[in-house]
Amino acid sequence: MLLTATLLAALAVALAWPVPIALARASWAASAPGVALLLWQAIALAGGLSMIGALLTYGLIPFGGHLVSALVGLFSAISNGSLPHGTNFFEMFALSGAVLLGVHLLLNLALTLVRAGRQRSRHRQLVGLLSAPMPERPGMRILDYAAPVAYCLPGASRSVTVLSAGLIDLLDDDQLMAVIAHERAHLSQRHHVVLLAFRAWRSALPWFPIASLAQDAVGLLVEMLADDTARHAVRDDVLAAAVALVASADDGQQEHSPVARRDGVPAANAASIARRVQRLANGARPLALPARIAAGAGAIALVAVPTILLVFPAFD
Amino acid sequence: MATLGELERSIMDVLWEAQAALSAGELREALPRVDGVGKELAVTTVLTVLSRLENKGFVTRDRDVRPHVYRASTTRAEHMAELMHEVLGSAPDRDAVLARFVGQVSPGEAEQLRKLLGTN
Repeated sequence: MLLTATLLAALAVALAWPVPIALARASWAASAPGVALLLWQAIALAGGLSMIGALLTYGLIPFGGHLVSALVGLFSAISNGSLPHGTNFFEMFALSGAVLLGVHLLLNLALTLVRAGRQRSRHRQLVGLLSAPMPERPGMRILDYAAPVAYCLPGASRSVTVLSAGLIDLLDDDQLMAVIAHERAHLSQRHHVVLLAFRAWRSALPWFPIASLAQDAVGLLVEMLADDTARHAVRDDVLAAAVALVASADDGQQEHSPVARRDGVPAANAASIARRVQRLANGARPLALPARIAAGAGAIALVAVPTILLVFPAFD
Repeated sequence: MATLGELERSIMDVLWEAQAALSAGELREALPRVDGVGKELAVTTVLTVLSRLENKGFVTRDRDVRPHVYRASTTRAEHMAELMHEVLGSAPDRDAVLARFVGQVSPGEAEQLRKLLGTN
C-alpha cells in the first residue's frame, strides 16, 4: 500500500501542476478542441482520484494490505472504537484528509448544481416575460434590448436561445445563422454540463490557480467546438465576422440600456475572442488522425492508471 | 392557442403599461385581442395566471379592496436590468448558468480583431 500511495501521490502532483500547464499551452488544442476537452476532463477526474486515492491508501496502511480488506478493517476498527497497533498520527491525518477532500468536492458539485438550476429557472421566468417567441423557430426568443447579445439557457426539458433586437439589427442573415448554429451546438453537445463540473471544481479549490486555468481553457474549447459545428452550416469568414462584430459592437448602443457597462473586460476574454477569430480566419485544419488517437488514448490512460492502482493489489 | 407562458407575458405587459393596480376584470378588458388572447378569455383563467405570477413574485395583490387588485411588483426596466446583469455582468457563476455567443472587448482590442479578419 505504501508503494501504491507513493505512485498515486506522484500522479496527483503531475496532474495538479505540470500536465495541465502543458495542455493549456499546447497549440494543437485549437486544431482538436474535442480531444483537448476530453483530456481536460481526464486530468480533472484522474487528478481528484489520485489525490484522494493517495491519501486514502496511505491512511489505510494499518488496517490491511489492500484497499478492500483495509476498508473492512477500518469499519471493524470503527465499530470496536479502537485503532490497530502501530497506527501513527500521519496515517490518521491522511485518512481524515481523504474523507474531507472527497466530501468537500462532492458537496461543492451538488451545491453548484443546485445553485445553477435555481438561477436558470429564475432566468427562464424572466426571459419568458420579457422576450417574444420567434415565429416558426421553437426554442428561440427575441429580447427587446439594444445591445447585441446572444446566449443559450440550457434546461432539462426545454432549452432557450435568446437573441436581442440589437443583434438582429447588427448582423446580416448569414451571420445570424452562424450565431444560431453556434448556440444550438452548445445545447446539443451539452457543454453546460462540462462547464458546470469545472465551475464546481474551481469553487471547491479557490486557492488553486490550476483550477481557474482549467476553467478558462475549457471555456474557450467549448466555444471552439461550437464554432466548428457552426462551420458546417456557414462559411468560416461569416462566422468570424459575426464573432468580431458582436465582440466589438459600439458602446453607444448600450448608452440607454439599464445596465452600465462593466468596468473593464477581463484580459482572458479578449485574448480568447482573438484566438477564436484568428482560428476561423486561418481556416483551422483538424488535427491528424494519429495525433487524435494518441491524445484520446492518453485521456483513457490518465483515468485508467489511478483506477488500476487503487483496485488491483499489484504491489506490496 | 396561446400557451400559459404567453398569457403570463400578455398580462405582465398590461400591468407594466398601466402602472396602476388593476382588477382581474379590468385586466381582461385591457388584454389585446390579438392571437386569440382577449375578451373571450374567462376571468377565472386570468385569476389563475395572476396567482401564478403572484407566487413567482412578479405581481402583488391588494386584498384590502373588493375585487382584489393587482400590480406589477417591479418595473419592466428593472427586470430587464436584472436579466442583463446576469448575461453581461461578470458574475462568477454566470458561465455555469448560460452560454453567451461572445463577450465584448475594448475599442483597442476591437481594432486587433478587425486586423485579424483582414478588413480595414
